[in-house]
Amino acid sequence: MSEVHNLNYSTVLKDEAETVALGELLSKASNGSGIVFLHGDLGMGKTTLCRGVLHGLGHKGHVKSPTYTLVEPYELAENTVYHFDLYRLAEPEELEFMGIRDYLDQQALSIIEWPEKGMGILPPADLELNFEMSGMGRLVRWHGNTEYGKSVATKLMNLCSMER
Amino acid sequence: MIVLGIETSCDETGIALFDSEQGLLSDALYSQIEIHADYGGVVPELASRDHIRKILPLIDEVLEGAGLKKTEINAIAYTAGPGLVGALMVGAAVAQSLGLVLNVPVIGVHHMEGHLLAPMLEESPPEFPFVALLVSGGHTQLVKVDGIGRYELLGESLDDAAGEAFDKAAKMLGLDYPGGPRIAKLAELGDTSRFHFPRPMTDRPGLDFSFSGLKTFTLNTTHKHAVDGVIDEQTKADIAAAFQLAVVDTLSLKCRRALRQTGMKRLVIAGGVSANESLRTALELMVEKERAEVFYARPEFCTDNGAMIAFAGCQRLVAGQYDDSALKATPRWPLDSLPAVN
Repeated sequence: MSEVHNLNYSTVLKDEAETVALGELLSKASNGSGIVFLHGDLGMGKTTLCRGVLHGLGHKGHVKSPTYTLVEPYELAENTVYHFDLYRLAEPEELEFMGIRDYLDQQALSIIEWPEKGMGILPPADLELNFEMSGMGRLVRWHGNTEYGKSVATKLMNLCSMER
Repeated sequence: MIVLGIETSCDETGIALFDSEQGLLSDALYSQIEIHADYGGVVPELASRDHIRKILPLIDEVLEGAGLKKTEINAIAYTAGPGLVGALMVGAAVAQSLGLVLNVPVIGVHHMEGHLLAPMLEESPPEFPFVALLVSGGHTQLVKVDGIGRYELLGESLDDAAGEAFDKAAKMLGLDYPGGPRIAKLAELGDTSRFHFPRPMTDRPGLDFSFSGLKTFTLNTTHKHAVDGVIDEQTKADIAAAFQLAVVDTLSLKCRRALRQTGMKRLVIAGGVSANESLRTALELMVEKERAEVFYARPEFCTDNGAMIAFAGCQRLVAGQYDDSALKATPRWPLDSLPAVN
């Protein structure tokens, strides 16, 4: 899937701090579960946004890029978060060899970077965010696919309008 | 004691036989070996992490290479973490089943301990204690090593590993994978003075790293200098040169700081990025000034392999350590929680 349709909401992030802040708002908008896809090229701030989400859910430590490990698990006080990065996948089938079903079957929040690489094996997302360049900043657009995802998308927009 | 080593923590399936008396007997990595009828006649390109189909033929391969029978294996060491749980479980299940059948002790090894000790497989191994820099696509860590199992994490990357930054910067410049060697080659044609890239986290005390910002800096620089989306070759080379210099300077400065802070005179470099010539030159100059020495593993033991697991496991097994028959797969496992070997 190269195109993301129905991008209802958007905001412009001027730097890293604003990217982290949007992630923190996303953690408040969600209930700490579901599947979130992050689309966008290298260096757009996808991992940085994820850091914001994790900090928002109470994670105190670092948020390392999962590019080489494919997934970084976070067992937090109230939630489990899996931060995936499928950048290095050659074939979606490789997801089976890492046991993707065991991860996604759980009551956890799964944030997935480069979901395009896992198409056919990955289940559909509740929420999708798309990052692109906007001057030296980033334009982020998002939309929900499921009822839960749509409610998170709207809450996130409301939180953005209040705080930014 | 002849130890079978099994590494399946991530992409590579690596198997080796190490003898406590004679040293390394044989080793094989899936991608290196000739694929014969073992895999079913045709030569299939097996996917990364498809350890199940690779592991048994590879074990046969190393036994044949060493001229040994399965029954001559005295103990088994496998990577028990950190890594992908599904990948780790394959190695653990094979190791424990084989251990049960052969009635030999089995031990789960920490993947990073394998990397730390890999330079000790070489002819002039470093003596303890030393400072180790693990620098690869997946890791950037500085570790104080006082002995086997006596590790202290001095610093690590807070975001991207150095090798990952190389790969991603290469991609942004339109270069192929793996990015490290491509950037290094292009950098030879570049002028390091045209662009100045930041040296992340060098202006404050501490031994942590951060390479994510360099990635963004590369992206922003390429966008700024693209004309209709195209960057001229000289500009690409200049960006590659400035990028590489920034990574090398940062790593070298942190290594020097780690040596001074610990008072140690030996530096061990492991991981794929240690093959970078520009890094080696910078580190050799640095240790000369510090009156210290630098040690490397051979290139094939810098990346994931079975030999380092067989070696690390053997050190613990000869000291009498081994596990019960439970399958151990620990995706997250702090290096400094390992038991020491006296």
